[in-house]
Amino acid sequence: MMAAPAAAIAGIHEFEKRVAGGLSPLQIKAECAARALEDAGLTWSDVDAIYDAGEAGRYQGLTIAEYFGITPRVVDTTAVGGSSYEFQAAHAARDIAAGKASVALLTYGSTAHSQSRAIGTGARFPAEAQPAANMERPYGLTLIGNYALVARRHMAQYGTTPGQLAEISVITRRHAMRNPQAVAGLADIGFSSVREITTGDVLGSRLIADPLHLLECCIVSDGGGAVVIVSRAVAAGLRKRPAWILGTGEAVGYPAAAADLTTTAAARSGPEAFGQAGVRPDEMDIAMIYDSFTITVLAILEDLGFAKKGEGGPYVSGCRLAFDRPGGPALNTDGGGLSSNHPGMRGIFLLIEATRQLRGESTSQVPGARLAVAHGNGGQLGTRHAAATIVLGTE
Amino acid sequence: MPDQPERPLPIFPEPDTEPFWSATAGHRLTYQVCRVCGQVVFHPRRHCTGCTSTDLEWRDSAGLATLYTFTVIRQNGQPFFRARIPYVVGLVDLDEGFRMLAEIAAEPDSLHVDGRVCLTWEDHAGLSIPIFVPGP
Repeated sequence: MMAAPAAAIAGIHEFEKRVAGGLSPLQIKAECAARALEDAGLTWSDVDAIYDAGEAGRYQGLTIAEYFGITPRVVDTTAVGGSSYEFQAAHAARDIAAGKASVALLTYGSTAHSQSRAIGTGARFPAEAQPAANMERPYGLTLIGNYALVARRHMAQYGTTPGQLAEISVITRRHAMRNPQAVAGLADIGFSSVREITTGDVLGSRLIADPLHLLECCIVSDGGGAVVIVSRAVAAGLRKRPAWILGTGEAVGYPAAAADLTTTAAARSGPEAFGQAGVRPDEMDIAMIYDSFTITVLAILEDLGFAKKGEGGPYVSGCRLAFDRPGGPALNTDGGGLSSNHPGMRGIFLLIEATRQLRGESTSQVPGARLAVAHGNGGQLGTRHAAATIVLGTE
Repeated sequence: MPDQPERPLPIFPEPDTEPFWSATAGHRLTYQVCRVCGQVVFHPRRHCTGCTSTDLEWRDSAGLATLYTFTVIRQNGQPFFRARIPYVVGLVDLDEGFRMLAEIAAEPDSLHVDGRVCLTWEDHAGLSIPIFVPGP
């Protein structure tokens, strides 16, 4: 029998707009933190552990407690790109289980859209000299191109088709159209036509980096969020149903001779998380999978064990992962990074929507959802990436 | 005449990769092998990743490789690459047992995964950039 989980997500908030209207990333973080604490029925002085990816400034681990006005006993500045929040949730659960903390606060804020940051098609190299970057800088591999390397190999190795990848965009948009904040956001960031899409729409959109099309790429929004993770003792006194952290796994992947590019670090973080939770992938009601691009989702679904390696294409076909279809978990029911919210590091929204589902609060609610997996992928899938898997349950 | 944007180049000083780039000036593509355990190490660095040795030797690659995967970049905001669009970037597996990222100078339609490619050079002041083409 598994030990009773020690920590649960008790408070969540997603910044409601996709254009921040002049707010700074720090202001977004603080607003989301305050709303998430209210959601949990807690306040600033209850927070004793803080987790921060440093996206709103250097040395944020030093300054964010002062900005929020809290006195933490635990400070964790894990920053591994978009999956930082799954890593942080794993660490918070561990810190709470160890008795070092009782109320952990994770926050995120970004104004990527307002700053017109070309995340997918701009330079992605550090300004200072670094060995790996020195070998790659001359070649103009964009972030989207990096993921496209994985997609091309997946297609060549397993016969995966562009239409199968496009299904992921179609499902995600369908879920987004049920989420009023996503619908408003798509209009606010400049989509001329906000509607459901078909695989034909996806394949008819322009190629950005072959074989990936525009509608296979996440949007660039402003936004942010906060997650409050609490101990069993704290959870007992709160009004919202806790989303228990049942299992966690962390891994990184990087280039190596003869490495199989189609297998991501999720192949290691997933089994660890499911093993700790004592549940199987096919028991998941909800799959919140980091959808920076369609190929990210396809490869991770395989690596987490939802489909055999190479069979992700047929697996996602026929709208199998829609919230109202049997035969698989509901995928990215908030509309995902592809169609709802991607300000650069989406990982926190995976935890937030998984929690909504377990509470019964999603706009694409799966009735009676009891188990959810949130899998974050940070960095770049074709070269170096950081993956963490969080399994959540209603108990 | 307006300045043409130039290809971004490696940044120095960077002690791990500087010997590699110095060798490219003589059109030598180099990689490292551990003298203790035989591990092939790439990208270049000071220590072996297969054992705890720091006794690595530099060897020259023949520049013959298999194209593991590739993409055609059709959008890049960086001025040099914007002017070069569309261009091909891929991962190539050198016959000596290391994988590197590189530009593939070829019509995209002429390329296929697991096809053979070979090394050419693009010369710059003090170093050359490895670029692969289909063949031989």
